[in-house]
Amino acid sequence: MSQAAPQVETDEAAVSPEMDDTGVAAIAGGPADDQQQFVSFTVGAEEYGIDIMQVREIKGWTEVTALPNQPSYMRGVMNLRGVIVPIYDMRARFTQGMTDATATHVVIIGQVRDKTIGILVDAVSDILTVRDDQICPIPEVEQSENARFLEGMVTVNERMVAVMSLEKLIQKEAMDFGDVAADAA
Amino acid sequence: MSQFDQFKLTFFEESDELLMDSSARASELDPESYDIEELHALFRAVHTIKAGAGAFKFTELAEFTHKFETFLDWLRDGKIALDEAGADLIVRGLDIVSDFMDAAKNEQTPDNAQAAEALVEIDAILNPDAAPAADAPEVDTEAGIFSEEDDAVGAPSAKIFRILFKPGRQLFQFANEPLLFIRELATFGELIVDVDESELPPLDKIEPEDSYLAWTFTLTTEKTSDDIAEVFEFVVDDATIEITEIGAASAPAGATEATESAEAAPEAASADAAAGAPAAKAAAGDKPQAADAGKKQGVTSIRVDLDRIDRLVNMVGELVITQAMITQQARDMAGDGRNQQQTMAEEELAAHTRELQDAVMAIRMQPVKSVFMRMPRLVRDLGRKLDKNVTLVMKGEQTEVDKTIVEELADPLTHMIRNSLDHGIEKPEDRVKAGKPEQAEIVLSAEHRHGKIVIQVTDDGRGIDRERVLSKAVEQGIVAEDANLSDEEIDNLIFAPGFSTAAEVTDVSGRGVGMDVVRRNIQNLGGRVIVQSTPGEGTRFMLTLPLTLAVLDGMVVAVGDQEYIIPLTSIIETVRPATKDIRRIDDNFDTFSMRGAYLRLLYLNRIFRVPGAIKDPSQGLVVVVDTETAGRVGVVVDELLGQQQVVIKSIDTNYQGVEGISGATILGSGRVSLILDLDGLAEMEAHPPVDDTPPASGSDPEPDPDPEPDPEPEIDPEPEAEPEPEMALEADYDVAPIVPSPNDTQTMGAEV
Repeated sequence: MSQAAPQVETDEAAVSPEMDDTGVAAIAGGPADDQQQFVSFTVGAEEYGIDIMQVREIKGWTEVTALPNQPSYMRGVMNLRGVIVPIYDMRARFTQGMTDATATHVVIIGQVRDKTIGILVDAVSDILTVRDDQICPIPEVEQSENARFLEGMVTVNERMVAVMSLEKLIQKEAMDFGDVAADAA
Repeated sequence: MSQFDQFKLTFFEESDELLMDSSARASELDPESYDIEELHALFRAVHTIKAGAGAFKFTELAEFTHKFETFLDWLRDGKIALDEAGADLIVRGLDIVSDFMDAAKNEQTPDNAQAAEALVEIDAILNPDAAPAADAPEVDTEAGIFSEEDDAVGAPSAKIFRILFKPGRQLFQFANEPLLFIRELATFGELIVDVDESELPPLDKIEPEDSYLAWTFTLTTEKTSDDIAEVFEFVVDDATIEITEIGAASAPAGATEATESAEAAPEAASADAAAGAPAAKAAAGDKPQAADAGKKQGVTSIRVDLDRIDRLVNMVGELVITQAMITQQARDMAGDGRNQQQTMAEEELAAHTRELQDAVMAIRMQPVKSVFMRMPRLVRDLGRKLDKNVTLVMKGEQTEVDKTIVEELADPLTHMIRNSLDHGIEKPEDRVKAGKPEQAEIVLSAEHRHGKIVIQVTDDGRGIDRERVLSKAVEQGIVAEDANLSDEEIDNLIFAPGFSTAAEVTDVSGRGVGMDVVRRNIQNLGGRVIVQSTPGEGTRFMLTLPLTLAVLDGMVVAVGDQEYIIPLTSIIETVRPATKDIRRIDDNFDTFSMRGAYLRLLYLNRIFRVPGAIKDPSQGLVVVVDTETAGRVGVVVDELLGQQQVVIKSIDTNYQGVEGISGATILGSGRVSLILDLDGLAEMEAHPPVDDTPPASGSDPEPDPDPEPDPEPEIDPEPEAEPEPEMALEADYDVAPIVPSPNDTQTMGAEV
């Protein structure tokens, strides 16, 4: 049975004076008070990051049981050691069609509030340690479908990584059923 | 939680157990022939609760249990004889104690009316003469928490007052002395004093000239509240004084009782002191036993938090699945050349796992006795109310069933017994006329049968009056006037929603809610209820329930590339209809005829948009099922894959409810399978998102009446080739877990 991972708030507002000047780097090591760590993953050519504290485990794609009459991004449910876990197809969620999932595709198991969910992505690429002030807000022009699940952008080694919120993912899931289905149609 | 709170919790738990046990004893107490040990046990239980109530300052409870205990003490000493009224009083007394406990748990003010009433009765028994007792003023000011006084003039109009007295800090500075008030009050009647010392500061902060105490008095007197207010005349300006009348006492307390009451104070302070309580002469021999009562019960059982057991049950459920997976894989890998030792080990593992599962499930099993034992009371009370002479015979109380089921049994049983008493059983004179014994009999029995529990309520009353039931049902529009119903069908009309034969609504029955609620509750538990009746001879209700709610017997069915589980209890039969028996009413509504009845067909492949399924029922199978709201319907599936006991898991724990699906389970293959919600399915069919066209067309020309927008069909032009199960399993371990930074190892490591 999965235990809820302690959710640690990492977005402390206080900026510590001895801020390191290495900037953003994919480093191993604990984040300082003003830093956050993200697990980054790719969907197609795009790179996204999610809060490492929400990541429970990473596993390969296995066949899921489809749930009837659900949006296309809801791939179905899988058995994670006895827990029924819904799997969201991120490619479909970002309106790029369904992922043609194979055993080399990756499912990131995350914990959002009291829910355990899985997101189907192409690959996991990195662990990023990012200073809070390096996360830039998404420009507020014309909120796109995809921007709805994003919290900000960060540039790491000249790669642009979109910081995604699992929280918003499942919220939207509960609320905007219609929207998405219409988009997908 | 402070240690004190912890003690309090323990007190509640222990008291609950004592009460449950006592209620069982009390309801079985037969004044004609009873075991004196039963009274001893009742006394000890009440005594234990009293001690705790005193210690935790549940004043009302302590007061009540004190009187109650005296009453029991007299009974067991033979000072008074146990009669019907006495037995009834015991049962009621326990209920009142239970109410007080509930109020204490929820930190509410208990309802005193019933208690006051019962106290009056007890008083009347304890002091049959209601003689003006010798006045023995006794104010125990030393203890400071207790004082007691008898009323010198035994007039029957005494009232009980609760007086709150919270003097201001300067009480003493104004030369007032609370003891004087207390003494004066004590001359009014029987006074019980409770002191609230919660405001007392630590010793080093205490101001010797300040007043920190507050008091609650319970006074039984004939004086008026004005008289009482007068006592406090001098302090009324700088004190909080509340005088409330909480009840009436017809007989003033006698002298004997006064001395008995004196026992309460030391006991309240400490349970151990009970042994030394001066006035408890009669009870002295039993005191040590009483104090130990709680401990002794602990020897053969331990208290375990239900959560822990649930966790254990879950884990074992997983183990069973894992075991099935391992066996399956081992077989697949080894092929024909199987290692005999390996096979034996697997079989042993399977056997042990099964045994472990049984053992764990047994932990949650409870005898139905805990529900059954509430019924004698019901029969007794109702019988009296309806002037019917009934005995209740219980059989198989020790039959065990899952705790969750036991809890859900109380309502249905109450309704059924009530129904039997009200409608089934005749008045004694009618019974004699009909040549039956005057005393009617209701038999409540439980037994295990085919892995289910069967509970029956059988009465020897007049049976169901079919003519009346039918005419009422027609009148109430439940059946058509020209309907031709079998006897059995008529009998079962009593389960129809809104059905009632009672000419007028009484508080016993007649509102027409009852039997339909019974049926619904039972069905929600995955069970069934039927009624059998023989006119003139009696009626029998038969409940069949699963032994547990955590597992379900299911039929695994295939639809296209999907597998679903239909609860076995809903399935009537499975047929392959001939094409000529199928009739299309409109695009979304097919019926098929089975032995003269027309059943609606539910096409799972259409409702769930499953590709590759058999579309013609005459090629596939129709599973005939009973639903609650839509009656009997036929579910069209491709084939039956077999029967299996499954562990029920919820989907909305991590996702959200899915229409037509009641839950999920994990099959031996490790795959998730969905359990069908037949009632939900029937509703979906009424507004069907029918889309059985090949997905290649790409568009959905039909307007969708469903409020839920048409989701993207999961139908793939080419359904994904499913990886072999063993491949899928390996894949679990193919991808190495990311190595988190050292700081996060703890969080991550746990699950990776």
